[in-house]
Amino acid sequence: MSDPSQARIAELEREIAQLHMKSTGAQARLAEMQSELKKLKGEDGVNLAWQRVQLARHPKRPHALDYIQRLVPDFTEIHGDRAYGEDPAIVAGFGTLAGGQQVMIVAQQKGRDTKQKLFRNFGMPKPEGYRKAMRAMEVASKFGRPIIALLDTPGAYPGIDAEERGQAEAIAYNLREMSRLETPVVTVVIGEGGSGGALALGVGNRVYMLENAVYSVISPESCAAIIYRDSSKGELAASALKITAGDLMRLGLIDGIIPEPAGGAQEDYDKAAEFLFTALVAALDEMKAMKPAELIAQRYDKFRQMGNFFTE
Amino acid sequence: MDWFKHPKKVAKVTDEERHVKTEGLWIKCDGCRQIIWRKDIEETLHCCPKCGHHFRIDARTRLKYLLDDGKWSEHDATLTSNDPLAFVDAKPYHERLASMQKALKLKDAIISASGTLHGRPVNVCSLELKFIGGSMGTVMGEAITRAIERSIADRHPLIIVSASGGARMQEGAVSLMQLVKISAALMKLDQAKVPYISVLTDPTTGGVTASFAMLGDLNIAEPGALIGFAGPRVIEQTIRQKLPEGFQRAEFVLQHGFLDAVVKRSEMRQFIATSLNFFCGPLPQ
Repeated sequence: MSDPSQARIAELEREIAQLHMKSTGAQARLAEMQSELKKLKGEDGVNLAWQRVQLARHPKRPHALDYIQRLVPDFTEIHGDRAYGEDPAIVAGFGTLAGGQQVMIVAQQKGRDTKQKLFRNFGMPKPEGYRKAMRAMEVASKFGRPIIALLDTPGAYPGIDAEERGQAEAIAYNLREMSRLETPVVTVVIGEGGSGGALALGVGNRVYMLENAVYSVISPESCAAIIYRDSSKGELAASALKITAGDLMRLGLIDGIIPEPAGGAQEDYDKAAEFLFTALVAALDEMKAMKPAELIAQRYDKFRQMGNFFTE
Repeated sequence: MDWFKHPKKVAKVTDEERHVKTEGLWIKCDGCRQIIWRKDIEETLHCCPKCGHHFRIDARTRLKYLLDDGKWSEHDATLTSNDPLAFVDAKPYHERLASMQKALKLKDAIISASGTLHGRPVNVCSLELKFIGGSMGTVMGEAITRAIERSIADRHPLIIVSASGGARMQEGAVSLMQLVKISAALMKLDQAKVPYISVLTDPTTGGVTASFAMLGDLNIAEPGALIGFAGPRVIEQTIRQKLPEGFQRAEFVLQHGFLDAVVKRSEMRQFIATSLNFFCGPLPQ
């Protein structure tokens, strides 16, 4: 790729980010720019969905704590669900978002090396993780602090112990209780949005996805195992399931797409965090003046509209 | 040596006749493996008269057993999915939907009903397992949300009888968001202090358990019902071990603290009526 086109890519990405933040009325221009961007990047005709799945799972992709370090340098982590235990697959804590804003962050955390992966249970939370996150969010709500939720998990842990301690109940409880939080909630899918396991932290006033993140009801591999009886055909299932940020935007399920550095977030952590930061600050600014009742109503109405895909 | 090949006198029966004569008269119990006369179990609300095993029943039969005189009025019966993903697997999803709709005479995997239970008006959602595994897509999401809104408006208790494998894959992330939509509506029902009883039947797993099925003021289940988040096969594949007997069954879930009661089908009406008496007070005479 020549230099001028690189510059154009960066320019377009910035513009897309800004438009998304004020997305109303800009949909047409957005589609134009995205298709131009696709052509410039030579992505026409490639299985974009599968590429995105691989980027979302890239071994060097920044995880929640990589972003947290950069967004909230004075991050103070809190632990435990006050009922059973501590789950390292979910990180919760508070700190100062640059600009002086105190925020609560809850996030699903994957590990990088083998030891870390085991410690974080491959980013698959157990019930105590979800309950810890809910507890943290309730504290934030009580003291009027905004909440940022970063989603990145292959799914909730499907194991005996998780079932015994009520995995389903923990997720269900979070879905209901998040919908009555009295402070702004901004949710960002930063990698894999693995079904209900991700969604349990996903009830936001604003829901964004990073450009290369995916959000899905079932993993492409599991879907392929059901449809084609062959889990290696995930590539085919990935495009059928419509799981990319663009797909969810078109379906009206997310509020915006946050750009990543050229080639993906793994190429430049600082820049990726900067883009995320810009989006978070803009979203929190928008909601600054909203009262608790307005926040609850706005969050409720947003999800109430979802899935208007029926005829009577 | 003629007597070796003595021609047997077999009445010539066409396949069709044979089918008619034997099909469905007898049924093998999944619990005790005994052969039962089908008429018998219809008299016992589809429970095995020998071991008490609860057979799966469809959404209509469920309503018939639950509501006074087996009668109800239906809501939102024409809601139909418009295939938001244009999903195609072995056959296109819209074709699968059409054939299911024809076979089951339902538009989707749910009947949203109003009726009375021991004289008390209630709103009941009954899920249909035979319709793509009772899976939850936009139609179920919308129908349940409307039922909740109806309960908030008329203050009639809500009962949801679940039988489902979870969110509907063929509607992708749109299905997933129905979990939030319904759970958020339940938050409003909770604030309105209208009772909600969740009845979990065999099987209730995935996104249905992880949303409305676990959020009742009371969560009750039929004996032996499979209840969980991940399906048993998924767990076996993850941990590479056989699962213990009784794992994720209603009794197991009760023991671990996530059910208020395991209630036999024959006692279900009475149990719900008693509970609603507690929540709402006795009916005015």
